Amino acid sequence: METPVPVLMTSCPVVAVEAVVSAGFPSPAADYVEGRIDLAEVLVPHPSATFTLRVAGHSMTRAGIHDGDLAIVDRSLTARHDDVVVAVLDGELVCKRLLIRGRRIYLIPETDDPSYRPTEVTDRSGFEVWGVVTSTVRLHRR
Amino acid sequence: MAMVPPRVYGLVDCNNFYVSCERVFDPRLEGVPVGVLSNNDGCFVARSAELKALGVKMGQPLFEVRDLVRQHRVRVLSSNYSLYGDLSARVTDCLRGFTPRLEVYSIDESFLDLSGFEGRDLLAYAAEIRATVRRWTGIPTCVGIAVTKTLAKLANHAAKKTLLDDSGVCDLGGESEREHVLRVVPVEDVWGIGRRSAEKLGMLGVKTAADLRDMEPRRARQMLTVVGERIVYELRGLSCLPLDQAPAPRKTTAVTRSFGTPVTEWEPMREAVAAYATRAGEKLRAEGLAAEALQVFMHTSPFRPGPAYSNAATVELRPATDDTFALIAAATAGARKIWRDGVQFSKAGVILTGLVPVSKVQPDLLAAADRARGARLMAAMDAINSRMGRDTLVPAATIGRAWRMRQESRSPSYTTELDDVPVVRA
Repeated sequence: METPVPVLMTSCPVVAVEAVVSAGFPSPAADYVEGRIDLAEVLVPHPSATFTLRVAGHSMTRAGIHDGDLAIVDRSLTARHDDVVVAVLDGELVCKRLLIRGRRIYLIPETDDPSYRPTEVTDRSGFEVWGVVTSTVRLHRR
Repeated sequence: MAMVPPRVYGLVDCNNFYVSCERVFDPRLEGVPVGVLSNNDGCFVARSAELKALGVKMGQPLFEVRDLVRQHRVRVLSSNYSLYGDLSARVTDCLRGFTPRLEVYSIDESFLDLSGFEGRDLLAYAAEIRATVRRWTGIPTCVGIAVTKTLAKLANHAAKKTLLDDSGVCDLGGESEREHVLRVVPVEDVWGIGRRSAEKLGMLGVKTAADLRDMEPRRARQMLTVVGERIVYELRGLSCLPLDQAPAPRKTTAVTRSFGTPVTEWEPMREAVAAYATRAGEKLRAEGLAAEALQVFMHTSPFRPGPAYSNAATVELRPATDDTFALIAAATAGARKIWRDGVQFSKAGVILTGLVPVSKVQPDLLAAADRARGARLMAAMDAINSRMGRDTLVPAATIGRAWRMRQESRSPSYTTELDDVPVVRA
């Protein structure tokens, strides 16, 4: 696995994201509000290190991550025990809970479906934590 | 010759940039030979280390190495400039966190002004830059550090070729390291020395970077004009090229400027971007090249208070072009996409990439360059088609077979199209 790099907050230029999603409660003081709540700012504090991926599969439903959801993945964060991560495993990008027990690393599915099993990472050469999943987006209407 | 006060420059250069971009989202491309093709003529514009090791040359046409490709299961991809443009902008943003003074030199290279950082361990700082870019964007880089841009280029070359060690970073501030590198690097690998100049120099026995440094500057001027003289001084550690004043690179070309006063209106920005595109077009034609993609970027000043904004857009040019009108149209369209009202822009730039010899570009029957001719052409085409049947004559750009074949091996627009984002298995 790669040596983790500490997060540099100073290295964070603000980049506006196309098609900014704005949301907010109507307020009588609206005229005095300078800007609306910017979800991009909330969900993407490190724009140049953040990527959007599409989740495929049902192994993380108990973690609230469903087939078809969008995963917001921040690569500037160092993965810690218990993070939901995107990892490179056998040449594929997988989304699982990261479990670190001493020197052992596991990728844990979170579902009631018993056909998904935890994986212990034994071959570190082909393994890499690609990024940390900081949030997921579920589109209820398309 | 005007000298610049002592400074420290860093050059950050992405390793096999287009291939590295593809590998970020497709881990199966890791460790295997990968090549990226130009869209128009089917020659290699990027090669992974494994492909270079197989002897495939930059610019080599695919058909020449078909057997090799099959035999070694080379992964051959069409170029995906929207992906490369986005990752390039991310790398630049990441670098801007390390120094506010930065010159985007090409789509995969930036000079950093690291003056004032001498108090710290520059090699450690370079390693931190490299590790952070790799972590944030997935793109591997090499970092070279030296007191002039030419030496920083050389330091980067040394880091890439592991001339001193395999750390991926190299500081030529030390006398013994600099001497070693200058002695082993052939003169044709010095920044700004073309093949022809290297041949001329070789006949005089000037074979290494050290030989060139030791040349009489006046002699260098006679042979290689003022450019050659400048290189000699730069190799001696006397800086002659401040940021934003660099000779044109070979694979990509950039025209960028800082604004005297911040630009807040679209109209002047549009004019500025059009002017850069025009200049970039002149550079292209002077070299007999056409570009496959254009990237336009703009950002605020890191020294001013207020909200920071930085963005870039990439526009593909199909077919590749050296036509100023096409470049202006692309630059304006790209700039419009990233423009934000009320932002104080301090700098903007245009980068042309995917440069291919203009002679190899498939001609486009509808080139916008000659509208009158285009109109006559359209009229003639319509006449022929009406007399001899529909689709007897169609513009080359619409012929599906050739284009679809080329599109077949193009990766998705992973970072710029929602429908194309990478899939992660859960």
